[in-house]
Amino acid sequence: FAGLSDVSISGDIPVEGEITVPVGSLSHDDEYSTLDEPVKETILRDLKAVGKKFGHVMYPKKSTTLLRDWDLWGPLLLCVTLALMLQGGSADSKEDGGPQFAEVFVIIWFGSVIITLNSKLLGGTISFFQSLCVLGYCILPLTVAMIVCRLVLLGGTGTASFIVRFIVVVASFGWSTFASTAFLADSQPPNRKALVVYPVFLFYFVISWMILTFSPSHSNTGP
Amino acid sequence: MSTTEGNKNTNSTESWGGFDDNPIQGGGSAVIDMENMDDTSGSSFEDMGEMHQRMKEEEEVSEEAAATEEGDDGEFLGMKGVKGQLGRQVADEVWQAGKRQASKAFNLYANIDILRPYFDVEPIQVRNRLLESLIPIRIINFPQKIAGELYGPLMLVFTLVAILLHGMKTSGTVIREGTLMGTAIGTCFGYWIGVSSFIYFLAYLCNAQITMLQMLSLLGYGLFGHCVVLFVTYSVHFHSLFYILWLVIGGLSTLRMVAALISRTVGHTPRLILCGTVAALHMLFLLYLHFAYHKIVEGILDTLEGPNVPPIQRVARDIPEVSVALVNATVKMVGITLQSH
Repeated sequence: FAGLSDVSISGDIPVEGEITVPVGSLSHDDEYSTLDEPVKETILRDLKAVGKKFGHVMYPKKSTTLLRDWDLWGPLLLCVTLALMLQGGSADSKEDGGPQFAEVFVIIWFGSVIITLNSKLLGGTISFFQSLCVLGYCILPLTVAMIVCRLVLLGGTGTASFIVRFIVVVASFGWSTFASTAFLADSQPPNRKALVVYPVFLFYFVISWMILTFSPSHSNTGP
Repeated sequence: MSTTEGNKNTNSTESWGGFDDNPIQGGGSAVIDMENMDDTSGSSFEDMGEMHQRMKEEEEVSEEAAATEEGDDGEFLGMKGVKGQLGRQVADEVWQAGKRQASKAFNLYANIDILRPYFDVEPIQVRNRLLESLIPIRIINFPQKIAGELYGPLMLVFTLVAILLHGMKTSGTVIREGTLMGTAIGTCFGYWIGVSSFIYFLAYLCNAQITMLQMLSLLGYGLFGHCVVLFVTYSVHFHSLFYILWLVIGGLSTLRMVAALISRTVGHTPRLILCGTVAALHMLFLLYLHFAYHKIVEGILDTLEGPNVPPIQRVARDIPEVSVALVNATVKMVGITLQSH
């Protein structure tokens, strides 16, 4: 403000003009217009935003789109899909029950919350929900790997299928970790990146291990 | 009303130059404010607070400008001033009340800032402390330095949870009431926080010079040995290998903790109580983690080799192709073990 006061105009010269603040009124109008539009448009707009972010995750460049327009629809969609696909047999069967829906859900969300808290405590500049958004979106490669694993498991559960599944899961785990660190690590002081990356690594490791050890319960045993 | 007249009087004389500059400043800040509105944290309290603060300042400025401009009409100013001012004051108070409540809620939520100094570490320091947790230091005459940080212990607890999950899965443990993940997290966190609190309480009774943070940190870093041992033995199922590692690595980390505690306690009996408890709990926890999730493996081994083989002589789990009868016997064994669990 010291600079502004130097650029003062002497009291003799009248200053004319308007100072309009257009942004305020624009947002006011915007709210009304999105309330009136048909539901299909709203859903499609949100889906497009989610789809665009999926693209950003699959090709992680250093862009700030994921951070700027964060939303939690994408992570919710991915989390629910993954949890539904990972649901194993019930705990009453003699073989081990797979993780239940609630387990996977809780792991993903509480894991993300803990990683976010950790990165904030380490002095990160990213906000809480942005971090949740990034971590949730970077589960996409693992969800794709889960779909591939299920398809492979339809063909059988032998050693060859295990090797294929192992390679696919490891590749997608690396992809997820790399994608999320590309977004998250920039918000940290440079010498502490390893401290933030390790919990992310552990988080995706647990999820990919759950995917790898998933075996459908209805395949082999008879009644 | 007297204040406005007072302002009017002093306006001409003193350099209340703020009035001249303020429209420009206020106008400037309004435009700058809207342009610089940060999208990233649009819902944070600070931004709304700043915006409202600026709006309030502008309101005050325009209010003072209006008051000094209409200084001629005394009566009109009186009534109009009261109404305008009253409305503004009410709005102001509503805003203040809301802001107070929001700040309270925010401070409650943002209490994690209390933990911030304990996470102030460098990766090199963490690595050094991990390695040092297996190296006992023999200085017991004056208090050893114990680092008070929480990042390393927290990460070690989570790593232990991940390793436990792997072990539970490969041994085929079935948890009936509860979930695999819940059991693993509950066990590890319960040990870390529960045993730390218990030992801290004992230390308080035995007059040891150690704080809760240091105790959490010491016990947490002691879990590094556990992680290493469990990681190795869940992959390679030698029982004798486990016992050797249990003694060597578990013993080293126990000795480190014990030496640190002895250096901070005076007297033979308190030292004995404290260190005995720590050593016992630490070693028994490792033993429990290994054996609790190996029941199924032992069940299979029993049926293969016969029940009269002593445990030490078991060899690596090398199950050949089994016949149907053996599978049936194993399943029955598994069922009996689970039902007695």
